[in-house]
Amino acid sequence: MAASIEWLYLAAAVLFILGIRDLSSAETARRGNTLAAIGMLLAIIGTLQHQAIVRIDWIIAGMVIGGLIGLLMAVYMPMTAMPERIAIVNGLGGAASGLVGISEVYRHVIVPQAAGSVVTFDAFHTGVAGFEIMLGSLTFSGSMIAYGKLRGLISGSPLTYPGQNIVNVAWLVGMLAVISGLVTGSLAPEFFFVLAGLALVFGVMFVLPIGGADMPVVIALLNAYSGLAAAATGFVLNNKVLIIAGALDGSSGLLLSLLMCKAMNRSITNVLFGAVGAAVSSGGSTDQGDPQTISVVEAAERLFDARRVIIVPGYGMAAAGAQFAVREVADLLKSRGTEVRYAIHPVAGRMPGHMNVLLADANVPYDDLVEMDEINPDFADTDVALVMGANDTCNPAARHAEGSPIFGMPILDVDQTSQVIVIKRSMSPGFAGIPNEMFLAPNCHMLFGDGKQVAEQLAETLSL
Amino acid sequence: MRSIFLPTITSVAAVLLVGGCGGTLLAADPASGPPTATAEHPDLLVLLYIFVLASFLGHQLITRVPPLLHTPLMSGTNAISGISLVGSLVAAGLAEPLLCNVLGGVAVGCAMCNVVGGFAITDRMLAKFRKANR
Repeated sequence: MAASIEWLYLAAAVLFILGIRDLSSAETARRGNTLAAIGMLLAIIGTLQHQAIVRIDWIIAGMVIGGLIGLLMAVYMPMTAMPERIAIVNGLGGAASGLVGISEVYRHVIVPQAAGSVVTFDAFHTGVAGFEIMLGSLTFSGSMIAYGKLRGLISGSPLTYPGQNIVNVAWLVGMLAVISGLVTGSLAPEFFFVLAGLALVFGVMFVLPIGGADMPVVIALLNAYSGLAAAATGFVLNNKVLIIAGALDGSSGLLLSLLMCKAMNRSITNVLFGAVGAAVSSGGSTDQGDPQTISVVEAAERLFDARRVIIVPGYGMAAAGAQFAVREVADLLKSRGTEVRYAIHPVAGRMPGHMNVLLADANVPYDDLVEMDEINPDFADTDVALVMGANDTCNPAARHAEGSPIFGMPILDVDQTSQVIVIKRSMSPGFAGIPNEMFLAPNCHMLFGDGKQVAEQLAETLSL
Repeated sequence: MRSIFLPTITSVAAVLLVGGCGGTLLAADPASGPPTATAEHPDLLVLLYIFVLASFLGHQLITRVPPLLHTPLMSGTNAISGISLVGSLVAAGLAEPLLCNVLGGVAVGCAMCNVVGGFAITDRMLAKFRKANR
């Protein structure tokens, strides 16, 4: 490998690291993304100088088709569909690593003479290639199932059968046994294809039992796997920039999945093997009683009189496309000198940080978006909390109701506000499938209706 | 506890992965002791060092990213993981066999979709993040 290629790879690795570092602040984040993109360009330019590259027809075809699809997705995908996009992209990353692994094995081990291979694939390379193919394949199929669940093509409820975890663990052990068989040479190299097949099936079996509400954790984890698959490719190809970028991606995915679990008060094992996260209608307090209701005009009056308002958005707000009208309400209040902020729960939206993107998309300035831990002490000192499309994330049952699916989950202390106004279509429960006792509290009023229409009516009333 | 947990499991996983492969290597060839094994792969330990250090660095960098930017972080690292393009390009550009060209070409398409789409959509997202004009 020419020395200039190694220098370009080094520059690429440095730019990736600087790029992620710049993501530590909203002011520098965009520059960081550009730096990482430049790093990628350098890595591509370097690779194209590789002496083994003698034909460019397949390269051009792949780059043009892939680049075009990627660009169209980037331009036209709505921000609400971001989790689906990440799921697809994880899958493609896994597929790329898996395919490179199979290609390497094919030319160095299966048909070395025909391919003119001079590389001897020793036990180490065989083992790492095995891991690469396994991780890449299961990331691909698992991500496709995650996509299907997020998109609603596959039922979001967990698909379970007795002994499922035992079957899954046995399957995993089986795959590791195939890898060790390949390493020791007791299995023919063709078993790499068997391994890829087993891993594809495993990806499906691994994601199917996980409920739709837990998909954010799963896509973060699959993100880590696609990074680890890239790192394994680096070990096979002796390529350091692949290892560095793969390790960065791997730690990002692992860390985000753990953060999501923490925000839901669940362990990662519980998410992966617990087969929960479906809307379980756990009997209990079905006699909800009648909540107090409020009209748009009355709600507008209370907002008009308030000095401090906190808006509590949930995914329901974005699904209804109400964020633009909500921002209008906030702007009208602000122009009267009212302090308006948004309380962002860590699992608001459908993936880590999703709600911030959805609100930024509606032109809400990011310094109005306040994280849970920071804003929780302020609720008691707030006149009106306007809850929109959020439910489980502000259910006081999480504090005291032992045995409730959300018991122990950190929540927004909305119930401590002087007045709570909840905009909601009906009294139906949220993801966790449990009723929210705050809706019946004396300081809480329900404003029933379609989120978007109600918010528009509120804005209209306030502007009079 | 949480902060040391992640790098620890990552590096343990890495050591197990590579150590396991190295171990089977020794088992497969009883004549070769540990020094021979590393002499055969002068880069193996170096690569492992790089992986472990990059994982620690990744953990340090990612913990400094505020939750506000977690979605752009995810789509940005996704674009970076399109680095597997580096391997795909070589496979797609080989003189032969054709199967490698085909597999490599498809892999180039997948990785390129991640790279172009990932950086473009991250930029689109970050462009929307603006401060209030106070």
